[in-house]
Amino acid sequence: MPSSVYLCLSRAVFLVCFVNPLIMQGLSEDVNEIQDHHHHQQKENLTGLPIVTFRWHHVQTPYLVIIWVFVAGLAKLSVVELSHHVTSVFPESGLLIMLGFVLGGIVWGADMAQTFKLIPPTFFYYLLPQIILDASYFMPNKLFFSNLGAILIYAIFGTCWNAATVGLSLWGCYEAGVMGDLDIGLLQFLLFGSLIAAVDPVAVIAVFEEVHVNEVLFILVFGESLLNDGVTVVLYNVFDAFVSLGGPRIDAAEIFKGIFSFVVVAFGGSFLGIVFAILLSLLTRCTKHIQIIEAGFIFVVGYLSYLTAEMLSLSAILSITFCGICCQKYVNANMDEKSVTTVRHAMKLLANGSETMIFLFLGITAIDTEIWVWNTGFILLTLLFVFIYRIIGTFLFTWMLNKFRLVPIEVIDQVVMSYGGLRGAVAYGLAAMLDEDKIPEKNLMISTTLIVVYFTVILQGITMKPLVQWLKVKRAAHSDLKLIEKLNNRAFDHILAAVEDICGRIGDNWWTRGWNRFEENYISWLLMKSKARKNRDYLFNIFHKLNLEDAINYVSEGERQGSLAFSRSDEAANVDFKKQFGSEFADVMPNIMVDVSNYELGIEHFSVTSIVKDTIPSVSLDIHGQDRKNAMDDINAHHLLQQHLYRSRKNHRHKYSRSHFSINQNEDEVQEIFQRTMRSRLESFKSAKMGVNPAKKITKHHKKELMHKMSNGHTDSTGHLYEDEVDRAVGREAGAINSTFMRDMYTMGAGIENPVFLPDMDSPAHSPPWLMETEAVAPSQRAQRRLPWTPNRLRRLAPMRISTCSTDSFLMADVSLTLEEHDEQPQTDSEEMRPVFD
Amino acid sequence: MKETGFSHSQITRLYSHFHSLDKGENGALSREDFQRIPELAINPLGDRIINAFFPEGEDQVNFRGFMRTLAHFRPVEDNEKNKDPTSGEPLNSRANKLLFAFRLYDLDRDDKISRDELLQVLRMMVGVNISDEQLGSIADRTIQEADTNGDMSISFSEFTKVLEKVDVEQKMSIRFLH
Repeated sequence: MPSSVYLCLSRAVFLVCFVNPLIMQGLSEDVNEIQDHHHHQQKENLTGLPIVTFRWHHVQTPYLVIIWVFVAGLAKLSVVELSHHVTSVFPESGLLIMLGFVLGGIVWGADMAQTFKLIPPTFFYYLLPQIILDASYFMPNKLFFSNLGAILIYAIFGTCWNAATVGLSLWGCYEAGVMGDLDIGLLQFLLFGSLIAAVDPVAVIAVFEEVHVNEVLFILVFGESLLNDGVTVVLYNVFDAFVSLGGPRIDAAEIFKGIFSFVVVAFGGSFLGIVFAILLSLLTRCTKHIQIIEAGFIFVVGYLSYLTAEMLSLSAILSITFCGICCQKYVNANMDEKSVTTVRHAMKLLANGSETMIFLFLGITAIDTEIWVWNTGFILLTLLFVFIYRIIGTFLFTWMLNKFRLVPIEVIDQVVMSYGGLRGAVAYGLAAMLDEDKIPEKNLMISTTLIVVYFTVILQGITMKPLVQWLKVKRAAHSDLKLIEKLNNRAFDHILAAVEDICGRIGDNWWTRGWNRFEENYISWLLMKSKARKNRDYLFNIFHKLNLEDAINYVSEGERQGSLAFSRSDEAANVDFKKQFGSEFADVMPNIMVDVSNYELGIEHFSVTSIVKDTIPSVSLDIHGQDRKNAMDDINAHHLLQQHLYRSRKNHRHKYSRSHFSINQNEDEVQEIFQRTMRSRLESFKSAKMGVNPAKKITKHHKKELMHKMSNGHTDSTGHLYEDEVDRAVGREAGAINSTFMRDMYTMGAGIENPVFLPDMDSPAHSPPWLMETEAVAPSQRAQRRLPWTPNRLRRLAPMRISTCSTDSFLMADVSLTLEEHDEQPQTDSEEMRPVFD
Repeated sequence: MKETGFSHSQITRLYSHFHSLDKGENGALSREDFQRIPELAINPLGDRIINAFFPEGEDQVNFRGFMRTLAHFRPVEDNEKNKDPTSGEPLNSRANKLLFAFRLYDLDRDDKISRDELLQVLRMMVGVNISDEQLGSIADRTIQEADTNGDMSISFSEFTKVLEKVDVEQKMSIRFLH
């Protein structure tokens, strides 16, 4: 298989080279020239009718483009198909660069000139936007915004620090005479510093894809690489202008203008992106009848935002980033689910393709004798300074940040962060855009930039994994954990997750809650289809309806089987569900799927206060994205435990990946746990009911008696509760009333002594909360995402039978009195859901 | 409130959250209020943790009890050593955190984790793919590792000893906003 791929690859390249001699110049040939040639040919061939002509010039430009895309695709294929041994050491991006060297060598050999270079316009206008759009569209928003402060610090101050220090140090060394004779000045050094300072999003994604790190670390590096474009663009333009102006004309006013331009460029770009995001959301809101093309709008509007920002000399990357970030939620809610899938796949396709081409061309561009200028001092010193100042800068800023952060960033994360400051094609693009007249040493800068890029991508990419492994080994416990330790570690995870959930997002300050409320009330109203919004609220209702249906049917199943001993027959129960709720959900399902995909996409419930250190070290190695734990003992027990312990919430990897967008895989586990919990709750409820059933009549009597007594202001140990319930008999407290009925039956000594009801019973004999339909059970987004939403489980959802909710159940017969009254209430209670929701 | 060690602003925050959980608005939380939190339904130990909030045999927990339980999860701070030595061990000490975890396993409160109790916990935390015999053997091995006095159950001191290498302070801590 690989050999045939290589054959194809080489054949394609030879085709290209064969065609080369027929070309005057490369891709940049003028259209007019083609036309002239065409006319010329036409006039010549009048002697006879040509049956077939070779009309290369007609198709030249698109043909070359497509051939290169094809070659890039083949290259990616061959890289992926390489032996596992190689791919585990080299990052894919590095391999692509090296393949680019080979291809460049072939082209060079054919042409003696590098006809296919990565020219900046191609890169900036055709290859880069889709990568950034993909990155921002799949950005885990909650994670991003909760760490936004840190990200901004790194992006703004970190980049300025890098630029300043590298530029100044190089200048200092130049003045010291280390670099020999160069026609260069301080401003040009600063310009060079600014273009080499930027961490590159493409390279970061490519390398971090293979070294799985924890979410916070990933988002810090990734976010920084995206947002530092704002700074880079400004610095580059400012220093470029300064170089043109010349040294003497720079005074305080110019410097001030430079700083001011940063504000304008950065915020202007972001604001422009947000405007386009709003436009996009409104568009998708109206495309109900033309669903087939609504997917295209994302790309078109995204690209528009990029180009518009570029036109206004604002930060284009920031623009498209914020466009993607802000629109994801609404677009995913508004669009048809098929469109959402289309968009996702298409984005990944385009981004992958672009990235491949970028790295390939980065390699090809190297094989060109024209650009190479070697100055040992300059190059080596640049490498050194870039590396060192990155480390220093990272540690410095992290130290400052940790004073304010709720959860400090660990040392190992800082090491990975500083080592992960990769430079890439953006730096090269900026270098290639330099004006040769103003900057005579342009070629030296290009050469240096290329070397820095290769160094970071290839060398740092290769050594990232071993470095991390070495660090991790140092961090992890020396001895193997005993069974009980492992068990307890996992138990602690679960405990912690539970307590975090109980505490809710206590860490959220007023801003976050206020913003969420504002967003839900106004922005969603504007930008989301009303149907989508209702579905979102509908989801909240569905959650406890799901519980309800599950519970009711589960128990009724048990009733039919005649006993409570159906704890192992959950398969049978499931089958019944599927049969019962067959095709009633046709119209319910698609809309829910849209919302599901919205939540699936990683709008993650991420509480800042509750980030605690992972039980496994925060940085771990993963190849092909499988979750392999390091310590796999041979002892059966360890093995079993390891494999089967339910994973806790913290083991989830970050959600962004270049090549796939599946959500977390432990849906089955979640389903199991959920079923078990509901079953146990139901059993405890049922065991309470078991005492009730023989005394059904008495229950009813008691109800009446209780109502009567309650209206008289009856008090006992839980008296104040009763009074409240009476006051709001039609309100939300029906469930509580129900529960107090239960409790009351034994506290009041209903005349039937049932040991089941003795107060010191372990399991509570309350009605489960899911029977209280009207309660504001508003799951967080994480719960919604995790709970059984996949298609085969959606069939268990009841249709929207608000008015007659499960009245056919025996349980309902008992409590139907109170619950029926509240069937109409769910909508009004949606208001109440919000506080609990967050 | 002082024994919990929370600061004034933390207490205010916690109270507002307590209040939002308390649907009955009677100043106390019942089990339903906790069960209403959906994430707990998909947490294997969710119900047990809910139970941990409630004192023996009671069905309501007031704010003080709520805070007491949450206080176990405060991070351990170094400067607490300087505090009043006569006030007894703070709630978030290592020993108390371990005690909290111990009580989750030990349902009948006899200060011993018996094989059955351990089996229950294991069953809760493990998937359905493990058979009972396998689970039983895991439970036996686990007890073997920890049991030093041979009574086939784990006492609290044995529990503490076997977990001495585990960084409990970190694992059982949540940062509450200052």
